[in-house]
Amino acid sequence: MNLPLLSLLIFTPWAGALLLFVLRRGLSAGLARALPVVFSASTLILGSLALGRFDPAVTGMQLSENQPWITALNVHYHLGLDGLSLLLVLLTGVISPLALFASTRSVRNPAIHGALFLLLQGSALGVFLALDFFPWFVFWELSLVPAFFLIKLWGGPGATRAAYQFVIYTIGGSAFLLLGFAALYAAAGTFDFTELAALTHSGALAGKLGGGFWPQAAFLGVLLGLAVKVPLFPFHAWLPPAYAEAPTGTSMFLTGVMSKMGAYGFLRILWPIFPAPLHAAAGPLLWLALGGVVFSAFAAMKQTDLKRMVAYSSINHLSYCLLALFAVAASGPANPAATTAALSGTILQLFNHGLSAAALFFCIGVLESRASGLRRLGDFGGVRRAAPVFAGLCGISLFSSLGLPGLNGFVGEFLIFRGVFGLAPWTAAVATLGLLATALFLLTFWQRVFHGPAAGAGVNFRDLDAGDLIALVPLIALMFALGIFPQLLTGLINPLITAWAATLP
Amino acid sequence: MNADYAGLFQALRPEAYLVIGALVVLIVDMIWARHRPANRHHVALALGLISLLMAGYAAATSGASGAIYDGMFQLDPLSVATRTGVILLAALALALLPDAARLRHPAEFTAILLFATTGFTLMAAANNLLVAFLALELASLSLYVLAGFDKASPESAEAGLKYFLFGGMAAAFLLFGFSLLYGLTGTLRLDLIGQQLAQQGPTPLLIVALVMVLVGFGFKAAAAPFHLWAPDVYQGAPAPAAALIASASKLAGLVLFTRLLWPGLGSAVGTIAHLPVTVGWAPVVALISGASLLLGNIGALAQSNVRRLLAYSAISHAGALLLGVIAAGRTGVGPLFYYAATYGLTTVGAFGVIGALESAGRVQQLTDLAGLHKRSPLLAGCLAVFVLSLAGIPPLAGFFGKFAVFASVLQLGGLAGPAGWLVICAIALSAVALYYYLLILKQALVAAPADNAAPVRVSLSATIALLIAAGLIVALGLWPSAVLELF
Repeated sequence: MNLPLLSLLIFTPWAGALLLFVLRRGLSAGLARALPVVFSASTLILGSLALGRFDPAVTGMQLSENQPWITALNVHYHLGLDGLSLLLVLLTGVISPLALFASTRSVRNPAIHGALFLLLQGSALGVFLALDFFPWFVFWELSLVPAFFLIKLWGGPGATRAAYQFVIYTIGGSAFLLLGFAALYAAAGTFDFTELAALTHSGALAGKLGGGFWPQAAFLGVLLGLAVKVPLFPFHAWLPPAYAEAPTGTSMFLTGVMSKMGAYGFLRILWPIFPAPLHAAAGPLLWLALGGVVFSAFAAMKQTDLKRMVAYSSINHLSYCLLALFAVAASGPANPAATTAALSGTILQLFNHGLSAAALFFCIGVLESRASGLRRLGDFGGVRRAAPVFAGLCGISLFSSLGLPGLNGFVGEFLIFRGVFGLAPWTAAVATLGLLATALFLLTFWQRVFHGPAAGAGVNFRDLDAGDLIALVPLIALMFALGIFPQLLTGLINPLITAWAATLP
Repeated sequence: MNADYAGLFQALRPEAYLVIGALVVLIVDMIWARHRPANRHHVALALGLISLLMAGYAAATSGASGAIYDGMFQLDPLSVATRTGVILLAALALALLPDAARLRHPAEFTAILLFATTGFTLMAAANNLLVAFLALELASLSLYVLAGFDKASPESAEAGLKYFLFGGMAAAFLLFGFSLLYGLTGTLRLDLIGQQLAQQGPTPLLIVALVMVLVGFGFKAAAAPFHLWAPDVYQGAPAPAAALIASASKLAGLVLFTRLLWPGLGSAVGTIAHLPVTVGWAPVVALISGASLLLGNIGALAQSNVRRLLAYSAISHAGALLLGVIAAGRTGVGPLFYYAATYGLTTVGAFGVIGALESAGRVQQLTDLAGLHKRSPLLAGCLAVFVLSLAGIPPLAGFFGKFAVFASVLQLGGLAGPAGWLVICAIALSAVALYYYLLILKQALVAAPADNAAPVRVSLSATIALLIAAGLIVALGLWPSAVLELF
């Protein structure tokens, strides 16, 4: 049987969204809350099927689907999967149902909320699977619309401003991305990522772009679009308000899945298609990534709003990924062992950060809902005494986030530092400042909220109920599993990374 | 000359249906419907739509048979598509006809709209300077009347007068340009003019003629610096008239001038793909385009009136369309036609929403749209589709139109040259545009309705028209090949 598995992955959530939207008035309250989660979980099931068919030893695209779409522009509906896409699809499959389950119990108007969420989920999957710029960009932009409404309509008091900022920043960036690709298309006549990468590899693309400054201009356009999305310092200003104002489930998805879209773009697009301009620009970019690592960690220390704190720590964690990428791009094939370490670390960090940040946003959501909207650092105290289970699980998430060995966060960060020390030792040395600050603010969070005498909203804090546990325990279990057996993931990506490291410019 | 009247009639069946339809509407109204005020408006609407549908069918099936009547008309795929397109847009605009309480003479309005449409279809097929000018004037004169049709409103009268004064001026320039072209080449046929000019090479007089023609073009397309009429007309004209002016008129005008500039004046195009720029009309069009992009987008930021905002957005879109004109002769008219036609659909839709809302009170300020999602979810949903398409959000048609046009311009010379810089400027400004488009959506989808706001009742014809327009925008956005493969 030859199912179009990847199309099913993308369009099952969308079909669910359509169904929910059509039936929004006819559904019983229970069904309106359960159906979105069921459709959302389809990603995990179909993703596992894809995992079963996936052959890690093959480094090219697998399970490809390629149909002509707009013949006049040579646009194809081209989907494909490699180890990187597969990991991100699985991450989406884990995070989305849990995020939806965490929020759907309490949101108003759950059918519409679920429909928008499924729309967002399908778009994110489309970004991870599309191999032609045109459908990729459609998914990329389309993800903004449901995200905007989810933040705007279900978010906190500052949600309007945050949602606007989020959309305008991102679209402003993607306008330049579009320009870069329009130039690429005009030069090469194709939108296909693999074909463009092959053209680059053979050296034909730079000449077609007109030589001189113009390949750099196209590169800068694409870079800007992706940099806003990740975000790369200093294009991050939209992120803290957006994450902080979004409702809990959306925050979990934004940080767990959507923030990976930008980093994925770096790996899938910028790296293979623009290796030479990236190499040339990698020095300054490395400093920007370093700035992201250090400044966002120190900014997080200054936050009193817990959600903003975790949002800044998200920037910090993703900046590690960029740091490793740029370090590899800057130094070329000088040190293969360090290169492979840095690249594996990047991909593991993407996955692990998704788990730990989503878990942290969930925990803050619990704090917020039990304290009728309060979520400042000083609003709580001694929660551990009243709610030991919650304190334990939240603590595990915190320690995973700061990279305690034995938990998943450690593996990625360790590999990244191992790689960057081999490639650009000074930046690695400065980046440890970020590690230090991260430990400081996460431990402050842990100490102020959970320890000390019961105070503020921490008095008589209600512990986790069964529903909360269902949402949180799978994440915690994965943190342990991947911390102890990281080869579960590395097995999927190792051949790919070896191939990447071998073809460095 | 070899007068083939049978062939001429065969080719002009759509125009015949439109003119006969207009007369029938007037006669039926005079003899029968005038005495039945309750049905007057329905009769005019039904007869007008029937005549448009017949004309549309005839236009769509007429086939690209080439030169007609000694080269007076040119029936190529572009004119077939444009005639069908303008008739469809006119039908959508007519379906927005306000009820009797707000429009006292529905039959006259319908008849004049049909005459205007006749002008558009002739513009789409004209291959002769005189026919082109007559068609343009038929369309323009009808539109002046339509803009001033709301006799109870001083703004409408102001719109009609301003449109007429600017239009008359532009027509004078255009006619002067045409006379110079005729004097230079001794022929009125565009293809022969093209051959003559290719032999003569550029002369100073030709440049004067070009500038004159471009003034007329700039006016028709509402491009800066000939845009001054647009905000006032969009603000004052009745909604169906504004919809027609913004959509079908623009599409027909663009096609007419593309035909004039490329087959006619193609030898004097000049180039802006690389530095140094060579003299011709392309640099002038590029200047107009850049000015429109800047002025339209920045002007729109300051608007609080939704109709004026749409006018400034129209100016900025005119800038992008002119870029498409520059590329059309080199890379095919497909992207330009796609952009202009889908842009027409979105503006008809946007004015349709405004027109439908006007049955419940004036719609001028952005705040008049507040709480539309509560008052009429249908209108709010359609408006969201139209505005997002104007903003160029994928997968709606507006995104693909922009993308195809920009890609075709970049095929001229990549990013390295004035054409590429204009594209960069256009894309950067489309990020600016997102802000003011979101302002409209914010009022419609998020803001709470005013205290005295009642639910809106939308007439059946307007509902169908809006759903068709919104459906086409989504469908054409997903399958642009359906339009692009016509050429």
